[in-house]
Order: sequence, then C-alpha cells, then structure tokens
Amino acid sequence: MDLLEYQGKQLFARHGIPVPPGQVATSVDEAFAAGEEIGYPCVVKAQVHVGGRGKAGGIKVAQDSEEVCEHAQAILGMDIHGLRVDEVWIEKASDIAAEYYASIVFDRSARAPLLLLSTKGGMDIEEVAEEDPEAIARLHVDPLIGFQAFHGRRLAFEAGVDADVVKPIAAFLGELYAAFVAEEAMLVEVNPLIVTEDREVTALDAKVTLDGNALFRHTDNAGLRKSSDEDPQERMARERGLTYVKLDGNVGILGNGAGLVMSTLDVVAQAGGAPANFLDAGGGSSSEVIVESVEVILSDEKVRAVLFNIFGGITRCDEVARGLIEAFDQVDVKVPFVVRLDGTNDEEGRRLLAEADLPQVHVEKTMLGAAARVVELAGEDASE
Amino acid sequence: MSILLDSDTKLVVSGLTGREGKFHALNNQRYGTDLVAGVTPTKGGQEVEGVPVFNTFRDAVAQTGANTAMIFVPAPFAADSVLEAADAGIGLVVCITEGVPAHDMLRVYTHLRRGGATRLIGPNCPGVLSPGKANVGIIPADFFSEGNVGVVSRSGTLTYQIGNELAQSGFGNSTIVGIGGDPIVGSSFMDILALFEEDDQTELIVMCGEIGGDEEERTADFIAENVTKPVVGYIAGFTAPPGKTMGHAGAIVSGSQGTAAAKAEALEAKGARVGRTPTEVAEIAVDILGGGSG
Repeated sequence: MDLLEYQGKQLFARHGIPVPPGQVATSVDEAFAAGEEIGYPCVVKAQVHVGGRGKAGGIKVAQDSEEVCEHAQAILGMDIHGLRVDEVWIEKASDIAAEYYASIVFDRSARAPLLLLSTKGGMDIEEVAEEDPEAIARLHVDPLIGFQAFHGRRLAFEAGVDADVVKPIAAFLGELYAAFVAEEAMLVEVNPLIVTEDREVTALDAKVTLDGNALFRHTDNAGLRKSSDEDPQERMARERGLTYVKLDGNVGILGNGAGLVMSTLDVVAQAGGAPANFLDAGGGSSSEVIVESVEVILSDEKVRAVLFNIFGGITRCDEVARGLIEAFDQVDVKVPFVVRLDGTNDEEGRRLLAEADLPQVHVEKTMLGAAARVVELAGEDASE
Repeated sequence: MSILLDSDTKLVVSGLTGREGKFHALNNQRYGTDLVAGVTPTKGGQEVEGVPVFNTFRDAVAQTGANTAMIFVPAPFAADSVLEAADAGIGLVVCITEGVPAHDMLRVYTHLRRGGATRLIGPNCPGVLSPGKANVGIIPADFFSEGNVGVVSRSGTLTYQIGNELAQSGFGNSTIVGIGGDPIVGSSFMDILALFEEDDQTELIVMCGEIGGDEEERTADFIAENVTKPVVGYIAGFTAPPGKTMGHAGAIVSGSQGTAAAKAEALEAKGARVGRTPTEVAEIAVDILGGGSG
C-alpha cells in the first residue's frame, strides 16, 4: 500500500526522522490557516499517488497568505496524470544547501533490506543508476542483526557526503531503517534528503510503501488508504474481498488462482482480444462470491463479453455454475459469457449450466477454445 | 524415487483442528499420506478422526516421529508455527497459509537458511504431491498420476492446468511442487530444480514462473550450469501492466523489472524451451520425450 507524501512524513515524524513542519489542507480556508500557523515562505504540495507533481504545477512556493490561498485554489481539484488532487500539504520552505538521496528497498532477490545512499538527490534515481552507478552507495542489512552504526558510516563515506554531516546522515539512515522495520515497509525513499544552510539533515520528500499483509498489526496505517484514487471497480472489488485489477480492454475475465488468471489474460491477448480486468475469485469460491464477482466485472461498461476459466481444485465447478446461474437471476446481464470448467465436479457444473439454459452462455471444453470464442463474441458485439 | 515426499513421509499438521486444516489434512490422509499428528496449542490430548493432537511440535515429534509439517494456521501465526516446527527438528515444512507478512518471511528465511536443517516450501503455496506416494497440501491429486515429469510452479491452479494438459498427452509426474507466489518463499526454483536433477524418476522438468522479481532470470543461468535434464518453461503475466499486483504478493512488474517477456527470453537464451500457452508446454514435452511414457 502506497502512502501519500504527507502520510509518509507523519510516519517518519513518529519515528524521530526530521521532516519540515507542515499541515494538510483540503480547502482554501484550511490552507490559509495552515500558512498563518507555519509562516512564510511555505510550499503548497499536491498530494496524489503519482510522480511528476512539480512539472504538472502541483508544487508551488507561497511568500504570503494571499499566495497560499491562490496556490491552494489552483492545486486543489487539479488533475495530475488522471488523479484529482483532494489534499495539499503545506510545509515550511527549506533553505537547501545539498540534496541527497536515501532509500531502503525490500530486496527480494537478496532476501534482505537494501540501503541506498547518493549525493545525487533531487533527480530520478533510476537515471542516476543508469548513467552513474558509482554515485550510489549500496549495502544489504542482515535482517536478523539489523542496522548497525557502521552501516550508516560506511554508506555516508562511500557516497561521499559532506564531511560535517557524515554523522547526522548515518544516524538518519539508522532511524529510517528502524521505521522500515517497525512499520513493515516494502519501500522507504527520501528524495531529496536535504542538508539545510544551517547544516540540518531533513527529509524533504517521503515515499513509503507498506506491506498490505502486515496491516493487521498496524491498524493506524490501515486507515491511510486513499480510496478516491482507486478505480470504482477496484474499490467495489476490494470492499467485497475480491482480488481485482482493472485493465483497458473489453473482455471480462474471472478465474480461480492468480497464476491461472494471469495465464488466461495472456491467452485472451494471444487470441487477439483485450482483457478488461484480472479477477481471481480465489480458492473454494462459493456461489455468493461468483455473484459478487459478476457484478464487479459487469460494472465496467467497456465489457462486451466475459470469460470464466475455472480449474477446480478446492473450488468446485458445480458451485461456480450455481453462482453463475444466480448471477443471471440477480443481475441484468446483457453480454455473452463463455464458460470453461475443468477439475473438481466439472461434469456436474456443465450439467447445471445446460439445465439452466441461460441465454448467451457458451460452454467450451478447453482454455484456448474458450479464449478464442470470447474474443470472437466481444468483437461481434462491439461492431454492432 | 520422487523428491521431498515419499512413502517414509510422516506428516504433522499445524491447524489440524481448524476447518480448512482438517479438511485438507484428511484429504491428504485418504490419498495415502501417513498423517501422524496435529498441533494446536491448548488442544493437546484431543483427537481429530483418530489423529492425536499435541500442544507443541516438540511433543508431536517425540511421540510420533513426524518428519514433515504442514502449516495451515492463519497468517499472523504462520511464521511462528514454521519456526516452531523447525525448532522441533522437522526437516520439511510446507506452509500453505497465504498473506504472511513479508518481514516475517525475511526473518524466517534467513534463520532457516543459516540453520540448514529445515527446508521450507511456501508460504502461499498449494503444497507438494508425489503421485502414488504422498500428498501434502491442497493439490487435487486425482488429476495426476505417477510418471517422469517433475513440475515446479509459483501458482496452484495454473499447475493443475498444466498438469492436466500433460496428463492428456500421456505424462505422469514424479513430484509437483508449488513454491508459492510471495516475494520471499522458503524454496526457490533453483532449490527444486537441483532436487529434480538428482532424482532418478524425473526425466523432464516443467517450470511455471510468473511476473515479478528476477528469480526466473537467475534460474536460467542456474539451468545452464547445473541442470542436464530438459527444462520446459512457462511464464504467466505477459499482459500484466506495470505497478499492479496480479493477485500474488510477488507478482508485480516494477518499471522494466520482472516482465514475463524478459523471463521467457532469459530461459530461452539458456537453452530451456518456453511454451506460450499451457497447451504448448505439453506439446514441447511430447516433442522432447517422444510421447507420454506414463
């Protein structure tokens, strides 16, 4: 789960990581009050889950209360790469003497947290990595021993930070690591990590990704999800406990098991179609889950045909068939369905479907046959 | 001979007294797996369909000689249960539980590797099946028969799909191993390929990968250097957009990293053949082995 900048900074502050003082505002009035409290100059920053905010005009410096209101007025409601800005973060402007980069990533291939530090902050780190890999100091931390003071010193010396801030930068990395572990983050990134004119080390930005599987231990963090950024179908699916990802095409997809669903998307694409979604109904899906899934898939108006690809293991094909029959009873279905059932109770499932004789439901024997059929049906319907 | 499981497997199940754990453990028992014990703290002394339940793994191992554990407890308790099984000296732990926090797995993985005495499969995996010998997990065993194809996969149902295609082409399996779809799992493709390489029964290995991470790429190098048996690959997720997790916590394309195309190319560059569809995987297997040999 990705946090907004201000949520990341508030999380940092809880762990003693220095961040500029600031306040969140959702209206011009709140922005005015925040500016008055923080003092000028201050920075008005759009809070959205997307990069390139500055270039899009979502970050502006205000010299006085009039400018705070002006910028908040312009930025609130602004569209940045398809996302509406609902909140701005207003923080005290900093005097920047140096811009560094620091991050901790969950390195799955090394099975250890990886710390990165560079004096080339304030720019795209992937570009730095490509053009000047030597400019990034790297170090893996043994997860059973954790961060040691020498880790911080080694990184600071190797990255070549200004001599007078080696100690504070090393300490900053230690605090960042403590937050990474305590909050069970998959990523914490500070770009830029600044040294002010007064030689204070401060996190001027915060990018934090938390492990969604660990939120049960961090109930405060669980509330930080910004649901207005979610696609309506994705929100609907999440509220129903379904694993759904919205895609761009017109072929709705339901399968059981993440790997099989991904494979289904691939064979539909190979057959010349464009999947509208990823939907994993999961193991042991009951008929209620199927009904809810159908509702989510069909709430996407682009969908012209739907493919059910089920390989029953824990999931019973007869239960899936019952769910589909119920869905046709409860939902106004206007598009054709192609259903492929294999595995546990597949014959019973197909018998139920044949008996129900649902309009526009086509049963196919194989996964490839089903993919070809659904692509054909989606195309036909779209051309009408 | 199969890998990981055989007729000497003695299974203890953590979560045997839960609904799901009981259902699948008894399924495994019906298949012929020697289910010797369950572990549920505070329920020691009870029985589940005649199988004794113990408070701790230590008791279960001491009383029954269990050598394989299946973990079926909810995610918040899974890491603890895996570590307890390892502490009791169990050599193979299969963790079915999904949703285990990544930081938990970081510690568990590092600890187990350092000890070197316990092999972990999973978490978030369908388990292990050696057809005709033993089944530990949730793989529907009826679809598979004994044979010469080893299968290792990150995904459950995709494995059944590919196993079914292989069965229709006349192939059976030595062992099917679901290694799990999380960012950190106990055993990698490389770990399992090394076991298949040493296994007499296995003549061909099918490896089902998916988007995310770089393990398939690293496995390609490993195959070139260490595996003499033919490997047929399949990668799911060609159509997955960057930045979206496709169901499995580990299945995510970040930037240019972890794409299906890169993985398929890496495998092919090292001499493994890659099927574009599950059906094509079976066709390649037929081509290599010259028809099903059971």
